[in-house]
Parts: sequence; C-alpha cells; structure tokens
Amino acid sequence: MDSLLEIKNLHARVDGKPIINGLDLAIPAGEVHAIMGPNGSGKSTLAYVLTGRDGYEVTEGEVLYKGHDLLAMAPEERAGAGVFLAFQYPVEIPGVPNTTFLKEALNAQRKHRGEEPLDAMEFVKLMRRKTKALGIPDDLLKREVNVGFSGGEKKRNEVLQMAILEPTLAILDETDSGLDIDALKIVAEGVNALRAPDRASLIITHYQRLLEYVVPDRVHVLARGRIVRSGGKELALELERTGYAAFAEVAA
Amino acid sequence: MPESAVVESFVEQFGALRDELPGADLPWLRDLREDGIARFARLGLPTAKVEAWKYTRLRPLERTNFKPAGASAQVDLEKLPGLLPHASVGHRVIFVNGRLRQCLALLADQPEGVELGGLADALRQDPETLAVELSRGSNGTDTPDGQPLLALNTALMHDGLVLRVKRGTSVALPIEVIHVGAPGNEPVAYHPRNLIVLEPGARVTVVEHYVGLGAGQYFANSGTDIRIAEGAQLHHYKIQEEGPDAIHIATTHAELARDALYDAFILTKGARLSRNEISVRLAGPGAECHLNGAYMVRGEQHCDTTTTIDHLAPQTSCREVFKGVIDDKARAVFQGRITVHPDAQQSNGHQLSKALLLSDRAEIDIKPELEIFADDVKCSHGATIGDLDRDALFYLRARGIPEAAARDILIEAFLAETINNIAAEGLCPALMSSVGHWLGSATQRTEP
Repeated sequence: MDSLLEIKNLHARVDGKPIINGLDLAIPAGEVHAIMGPNGSGKSTLAYVLTGRDGYEVTEGEVLYKGHDLLAMAPEERAGAGVFLAFQYPVEIPGVPNTTFLKEALNAQRKHRGEEPLDAMEFVKLMRRKTKALGIPDDLLKREVNVGFSGGEKKRNEVLQMAILEPTLAILDETDSGLDIDALKIVAEGVNALRAPDRASLIITHYQRLLEYVVPDRVHVLARGRIVRSGGKELALELERTGYAAFAEVAA
Repeated sequence: MPESAVVESFVEQFGALRDELPGADLPWLRDLREDGIARFARLGLPTAKVEAWKYTRLRPLERTNFKPAGASAQVDLEKLPGLLPHASVGHRVIFVNGRLRQCLALLADQPEGVELGGLADALRQDPETLAVELSRGSNGTDTPDGQPLLALNTALMHDGLVLRVKRGTSVALPIEVIHVGAPGNEPVAYHPRNLIVLEPGARVTVVEHYVGLGAGQYFANSGTDIRIAEGAQLHHYKIQEEGPDAIHIATTHAELARDALYDAFILTKGARLSRNEISVRLAGPGAECHLNGAYMVRGEQHCDTTTTIDHLAPQTSCREVFKGVIDDKARAVFQGRITVHPDAQQSNGHQLSKALLLSDRAEIDIKPELEIFADDVKCSHGATIGDLDRDALFYLRARGIPEAAARDILIEAFLAETINNIAAEGLCPALMSSVGHWLGSATQRTEP
C-alpha cells in the first residue's frame, strides 16, 4: 500500500520568509509518527500547510493524501476527506455553542462523504458516548466554543472533536504542551482510540512525554524546515537527553 | 426634482387635504398641523449641512413625487406573515399604509385597563385627552435640527396606534402591531402617528412589525410619542422588514418618570433607506433605559440609527448596544449621544456600537458622543468595526464546514449576542430565524 500521506520536497513560506525548505515525509496507513524539533523549526507551519490555512504559501513540492493532491483542496474539503488538525491554540468563537459547532462540523463532513446527516437524537447519543469515553464533563458542550476555557479544557475540546469526527489522518500540533498528566492521558487515549489499519496520526511535539502514552512507529527530527533525522521510538528518548542543538547545526 | 420642489409638493398636499384630515374640526389640532407644516416649509428637507443628517442623504425622497396614500390598498390580512406564534399574542393590530384595518383581542380574558385602537378613531371619540397628549411633547422643536420630518408627520398624520395602559395594569401577552406597506403603481407616502402611554405601575410588551408587500416605492414617515409613568415598564420591540424600495423614517420621543423602564430593541433588515431617530428623556430618578438593536443591510441599502439619551435626574441608567452587518455597497450610520445633565448624579450610561463590514465597498459612519455635566457618574462608550475573524473562519473550515456556511455561523453568532437579550418569549427564535433567512437569501442577490 502507498503511503496515506506523502510529502515530497515541500517548500513553504510565510510573509515571504521561507520556513519549510525541502521537507520529505511519508506516513503509511496504520502508523503513528511524531515530529519533534526546536522552536521555529517549522512544525506549526507544516501543520497549517497540510490543512490549508491562508498565508502559508507553498512554493515548491507536493503533498499527496491517499494519492490525491492535498494542496489543491480547500480546507473544508481536506477535513471532509478525513484530515484533522488539533490546534495548538484553539480559537474562541463567541456566540456559537460547542454542541452546535460539533454538529455542524460532523454533518458537513458526512455530507461531503455522501452520508445522511445525523438527527438531533443520534447526535446527542454519539456525544454522550464520546464524552463518557474520554471523561470530558458535559458542561463543556453547553458553553460557547472555547470561550473562557482553560488551556487544558481547550485541548480536551480538540480531542473531543477528534473523537467525534474520527479522522483518517489526525495531526496534533503541540496538543500536549501545558497539560497536566490527566489531560495528557486524555489526549493519548484520543489518539490511541483512533489507531486502525486505515488511519494514521502525526504528532507534533517538543517533548517526549506524550510519547510515553502514545508509542510512535517513527520519530522525525525537524530542523530549519527539513527532516534531518528519522528513527524509531527510541529517538525521542535520545532527543530528551541531548536536546536539539546538534540538529540545528546539522541543518545549518 | 430639487429639494424645494419636494417641500412645495408636500405643502400643496397639506393645503388640499387640511379639511379632510382626521380631527379637521378640532381647533387645537388645526393649530398643531399648521405649526407642523409651517415648520417643515421653513426647515425644508434635511441636507448634509445639518449636523444630525451629515451621513444620511434623502436623495430617494428628493427624486420622487409621493402621493398621499389612500385607504384603497387591497391586502389579505389572513395571509400576513406572523412573527409570533398565534397563541403567544394577546392583541393584534394591523395597519395598512398607515391606516387601521384590524384591532383584535386574540385571546379572551385580556386584562381590563388596556385602551387600544387607531388615532383617527380616537380623535373622534376622545379628542380632549389627545389634545393634551399630542401637544405636551416638544414635537421635535427642541432638537438641534428641529426634526422637519416629524413636523411633516404632525401636519399630515392620519392614523396610528394609540395604546394606553391604566394604572397598575400588567399585560402578560404582547400586543403585536403589524404595519403593512402596500405599494401601488404610484409612489405613496403616509405619516403614522403612534402614541403609547403607560400610567404608573403599568407593564406591557409591544411588538411592532413593519412589513412591505412587494417592490414599489413608498415613504413611511412615522412619529411615536411614548410616556412611561412612575414605576411603569414598556418592552418595545420593532422589526423593520419594509419593501426593497421603501423609505422608512421613524422618529420616536420617549419620556420616563421615576423608576420607569423603557426596554427597546430594533431589528432593521428592510427598506432602501431607513432612519430610526430615538430620543429618550430619563426625567425621573431611577429611570432606566435599554436601547438595543441589530441591523443587516446589503445591496444599496442605507440604514441610519440616531439616538439621544438625556439623563435628567439622579440614579438614572442606560445601556445601549447596536450591532450591524453591512454587505455589498450598503451603508450604515450610527450616531449615539448620551448626555448626563448636572442633576443626574450617580447615573450610569453605557454605549457600544459594533459593525461587521463584509465587503470592501460597505461603509459605516459611527459617531458616539458622551457629554457629562455631573461629577459622580459611570459612563462608557465603545465602537468597533471589523471583518469576520479570520482565525475563527479557518477553525470552522478546518472542521469541514464550507466557507459560506462558516461565515453565516459567525455572522449569526455576532448578532445573536444582542438579540438573545430580548426578554419577550418566542421573539428571540423568531428574530434569529429572520437573521437566518437574511443570510440564506444572500446567494440570490445580484452583484452590481
């Protein structure tokens, strides 16, 4: 089977400044990959390029998702095709109840896939099942999207969305940063629950901590916009000991 | 047609109609009307030189020769779009082109102490009371621009809502007033005059729904006098969905006595050109005013909200929030003045104006004014103008919600913040569905 996601010689810039400089990465279906790297190495830029945010300009290279040109798709089409980003900084949306948001999102994706929308009852049942499984309190659903949420609540909300939308490719952008151990376990459970032969995850992180709970198949080091080293799960432990300084120089 | 010709045409209309207008045999009313037309003739139509009209031009009015609306419009009252569920309305009053067509108590057991009807009838039945009520206000003479359109209304007023709620009477179910604009082959004008009087301790909710039946030019020039006596509470909600070529001018004066409450909300969607000019006098200690609204305009619509709130007594408070969405080449104006007079110690005044500009050619002029002549007060005002939040838009799209739907969700949420403050049962969902309908119809609009 070809890779679920295949990034070839990707170059991208933000505000005219090159951030991703010839990045190659292939993630086969069924695997969990981690990308680690110092601040400013291009981790979040990669996440936004893959999800189609405005202002992230691809100047060279290609990204294939299930063999299709991912970069040619609108953000909502990528989501409909199963690409999900857990945001590093989830956005507050005043006036929109969390449940409404989740229902709109799920039904938009179902529509994209040619499936019938869930009615109110079916949706409530699904929500109950997912929140219970993740130990997420109900009141999070009644509140406006991320408004007044603590940092931990925002991340939990991202994981809840992931659990409900059941993406084929989940990208987690530093979802673990700033979390206590309980919240970290919720994130890990969310990722592990999605493990399946036809799915994959890309975990972007600074730290090895999350990888104790989600054991990656591959670990990549990103520095100055390129993958400078790849290895098995033991590479994360090595990085924890040695830091990123050595790789920053390699890339330079 | 030059501006002076428009003025002349209305003056001529008055000359032709003066003996047929309701109450023509009442000397006090003749005087009032003569004063009105003289003042209108002297002031003329407001121009850009008049500060209060700096941002709103009356060109559609200047270009058109409006004939007086008669009573002939054919309208099937059964088919009018209802805003509130039938069971949640106590009384329904319907005006067509400014004339009373129907005044019904929809449910039995309505409380005593409610007088409800049309101005033309009231002038026949009880002119003495009206002589006092219509004359005691300033009729705009003490405003900076003299309110020439209210003067015109005073001269030509024919009918309108007269509502009196007697001392201590609490009316549980809303009174729904539907003002229908039914344009014909020729442009028509009408000048409804509404009077709402609450005696001490009275409580009532009035929902005014302005609807236009089809395209065609008409000029609805209304005047409304509101008196809220000691401890009385008026909840007053207005939904303006006039026809696409309508000119809707509404001038309101409200006066509040001690501990009175005026809770008002205006939703503006319709009309080619609209202006809500509202003056509230917080004349008694403890009087409180909520003056809120939302507007949605597109195409070449122009929507003006001009408010003045005067704190004249101690411990008075006002809260004013207007939010608007402006698309295409539409233009909105918000002028809000809060004046805290020297005697109004320990008063609160808060004003907020927020607008979303959805297109490069959309425009808004915001003029907040806060004048404080007392030293122990809490006042604030703020204004924001912006586009939709790009981060929020991406967040929604990244979850699979198509861009157009994502924009609609954000616009709805923006307006919901103010609409959700409405206390009347059943009205919030009705207004939110009206917002949804407006958003849904965007795709059908013709781009210039």
